[in-house]
Amino acid sequence: MDVEILSRIQFAFTIAFHYIFPPLSIGIGLMLVIFEGMFLKTGNKQYEILTRFWLKIFAIIFGIGVATGIIMEFEFGTNWAVYSRYVGDIFGSALAAEGLFAFGLESTFLGVLLFGWDRVSPVVHFISMVGVFLGSMFSAVWIVVANSWQQTPAGYHIVGDGFNARAEVTDFWQMVFNPSSVDRVIHVWQGAFLAGAFMVLSVHAYYLLKGKHKEISYLAFKPALTIATIFSLTQLFSGHRSADLVAEHQPAKLAAMEGHYQAKSPADLYLFGWVDNKAQKVTGLGIPGGLSFLVHQDFNADIIGLNAYDVKDRPSQVNAVFQFYHIMISIGMALIFLTLYASFLWWRGKLFEQKWMMRIFAFSVLLPQIANQAGWFAAEMGRQPWIVYGHLRTSEGFSKEVSAQQVLFSLILFGVIYSLLFLLFLYSLNKKIKHGPVDYHPTSKLAQQ
Amino acid sequence: MATILGIDYPTLWFFVVGFLFSGYAILEGLDYGAGMWHLFFQKDESRRIAINAIGPLWDANQVWLVIGGGALFAGFPVLYATMLSAMYVPFMLFLAMLVFRSSAIKFRSAEPMLWWRKTWDILYFISNLMISFLLGVVLGNLIEGIELKENFVYDGGVFLSFLSPYAILTGITTVALFMMHGAIFLLLKTEGRLYAKLTFLLRRSIVFFILSFSILSVYTIVFIESVADRFREFPLFFVLPILALLSIANIPRLVSKHKYFQGLIFSSLTMSFLLMLVAFQLFPVLLLSTISPEYNITIYNAASSEKSLGIMLTIAAIGTPLIFIYFLFLYNTFKGKVIMDDDSY
Ligand code: HDD
Ligand code: HEM
Ligand code: HEM
Repeated sequence: MDVEILSRIQFAFTIAFHYIFPPLSIGIGLMLVIFEGMFLKTGNKQYEILTRFWLKIFAIIFGIGVATGIIMEFEFGTNWAVYSRYVGDIFGSALAAEGLFAFGLESTFLGVLLFGWDRVSPVVHFISMVGVFLGSMFSAVWIVVANSWQQTPAGYHIVGDGFNARAEVTDFWQMVFNPSSVDRVIHVWQGAFLAGAFMVLSVHAYYLLKGKHKEISYLAFKPALTIATIFSLTQLFSGHRSADLVAEHQPAKLAAMEGHYQAKSPADLYLFGWVDNKAQKVTGLGIPGGLSFLVHQDFNADIIGLNAYDVKDRPSQVNAVFQFYHIMISIGMALIFLTLYASFLWWRGKLFEQKWMMRIFAFSVLLPQIANQAGWFAAEMGRQPWIVYGHLRTSEGFSKEVSAQQVLFSLILFGVIYSLLFLLFLYSLNKKIKHGPVDYHPTSKLAQQ
Repeated sequence: MATILGIDYPTLWFFVVGFLFSGYAILEGLDYGAGMWHLFFQKDESRRIAINAIGPLWDANQVWLVIGGGALFAGFPVLYATMLSAMYVPFMLFLAMLVFRSSAIKFRSAEPMLWWRKTWDILYFISNLMISFLLGVVLGNLIEGIELKENFVYDGGVFLSFLSPYAILTGITTVALFMMHGAIFLLLKTEGRLYAKLTFLLRRSIVFFILSFSILSVYTIVFIESVADRFREFPLFFVLPILALLSIANIPRLVSKHKYFQGLIFSSLTMSFLLMLVAFQLFPVLLLSTISPEYNITIYNAASSEKSLGIMLTIAAIGTPLIFIYFLFLYNTFKGKVIMDDDSY
């Protein structure tokens, strides 16, 4: 395999692994702000126990998020040197701002949050919680802005040519608010809230099934279900906005998402299907003209298809983009039905009696997690063959001076390390969950040994 | 060209990056240094105290690496891209070791089994050692230069070429410097037997540092021509190594008077003087080409556009005071000796 493919595999693998953790950090962060806020407001000790319990889980997740994130930051330079030189002028300021405004906030307050229970007042502790949560929200902003610029560049001009070509900022705010960034930031935030809320729902549904920690689980369920319901619904709207923007700015990506080949014709909307790239055909169940309707509110409107582009200018993994996209949407729909029905049962006072509901919730943590990953894979694979849309190809962006053996070496290295890390993560998560949200006794661990 | 106080933007950004990496060296030097003493403590309890000394701080300290990396990418994308891809293997090892290190801190005390803790202890020690060594090695490569040809493309060996004798020497010196620094920090944080042991270890590490630093200095002056030329050109800059030596000499005196905090300040000063020395040796070059000076990466051909640098200087001007406030709050919350409680590692 050549350097390009290996570097792509490595980047995809390391970022996908990293992205298991940030949505959980952001989403559980939100839940913790609510739990601790409720504790301050009501003085109910149960909320404190809940906060302490979820904070311990948060600590593991956040820690792995940080460790794997640092690798991402440097991987741009190690594996994508040409790309880094090309976009540094633009991309760099977003990363630097992220470091100063977001990571500075979250990592300093993290120490106070995790170890400061006895050293600061409850209010200051709560402020630290909010600081960490806001920090993680900001960090999503900057990194998604950088990625959105790469999808829909704006506020720049190209200087130099050939090897020395690079993009330079002409208008900072235009660069930050490039066409897709606002909607994508919202979509990503909401995806993260869902990831966190469903994790909380899952764990407490599991306790309810086991008949353990009942009181506290009822307490946790309500805000989590509220968050989950609200954002499942709004996610549909922000997703729709994103799709509109893709239709406008990256028509080739939209065409790949629905497997639409004909250069100019009405396009269908599939519920599921399989794309045969050779025969340029989709087999599956769809609404004829559905995509045309969503984009133009007219079943007969033309949508630009893949064949409007040269083969070298359009995504080649059409089926993969199609599948990832549809996985995300199906899960989105499933979450809407699940949360609406659960809210209905809750309103009727019957939610906690339905064992089967609790069983679904116990596994539901996987759904937003898969949707988040699938969403990114669809967005990133649909961007191909461009690394900077319309300007720089992925095949031109990688580090020329790095050899295939080197990348293979690092790929194996990270493969091994991340597998171990993942096992450790599952193991300690399991242990914390088994231990459960129990009352806190202020005896030091040292004394117990 | 736009300037502030007569200094152009690339030079200003060079100071910003230098400041951030000094901050990184000083703050994470504490953590890495403390980590390299880990296996010198026998009892499990001592090891836990040593880890909890940095417990609430290390995550925040590490942010300086993140911000420094971001600042390098933002201000000097060409350097960032070339340096990281040319030194692919050391950087990948460095990143892998960072992961090991954070895992060791997080997971070590999660289980009571002896084999579990011993394994993490060893990993923790090795990762701290390797991280410090590799940082020094990269610095050595920057001073010595690498094979750069036109278009900033690296044309040297692929796997082990980064390990020149000079780079190994800078690596060892960095290890020694961090160990000294970390020992002083641990003294501030510990009591009793552990404290007594550390006073002894600190003396050893000072000797170790002075030895390796002297060898390195002699080697530099004899073998690295560009450095000697620089000093001949600007003899005034000899104050830097002298200041560095003076602040090291000051440390044993302060330590014997139990003024550890001041000791820490002097070892931090040593670090900044040494980094300034490197900066002075290089400026305005960032990465020397051993093939031809015309392929050198300098602050001018590596820099982002003036517009972009201007934006980033504004961002830095807003962000830096905030970071200072956060850090003051954090360090103030956790000042004093280590106290173990339910939340400790
Ligand atoms: C939606 C959000 C999101 C996305 C798309 C990414 N990250 Fe991330 N990252 C976070 C959200 C986040 C986070 C929530 O802020 C952290 C902190 C804790 C965690 O679990 O994730 C994080 C940690 C984190 C850190 C450690 C920061 C620290 O020391 O506190 C770095 C350097 C990066 N990330 C860098 C990256 C890069 C270079 C990415 C893209 C290629 C990236 N992240 C994608
Ligand atoms: C966090 C969620 C993300 C996921 C899961 C993700 C996923 C992927 C995948 C699967 C690829 C490989 C695509 C292919 O080779 O077909 C890729 C490539 C890439 N992504 Fe992302 N990505 C994420 C976020 C980002 C962000 C935030 C950025 C930049 C700001 C980014 C920049 C890149 C770059 C530079 C490449 C390599 C070149 C390429 O193959 O296009 N990604 N990503
Ligand atoms: C319910 C219907 C949904 C629709 C119509 C939808 C639509 C979209 C579209 C069009 C994109 C691509 C944007 C681009 O390439 O610029 C996208 C990306 C993404 N989606 Fe969704 N989505 C939905 C649900 C979800 C859910 C439930 C989640 C997670 C819980 C999710 C997470 C993501 C993520 C993480 C991305 C990648 C980041 C981005 O490009 O914004 N989506 N979505």
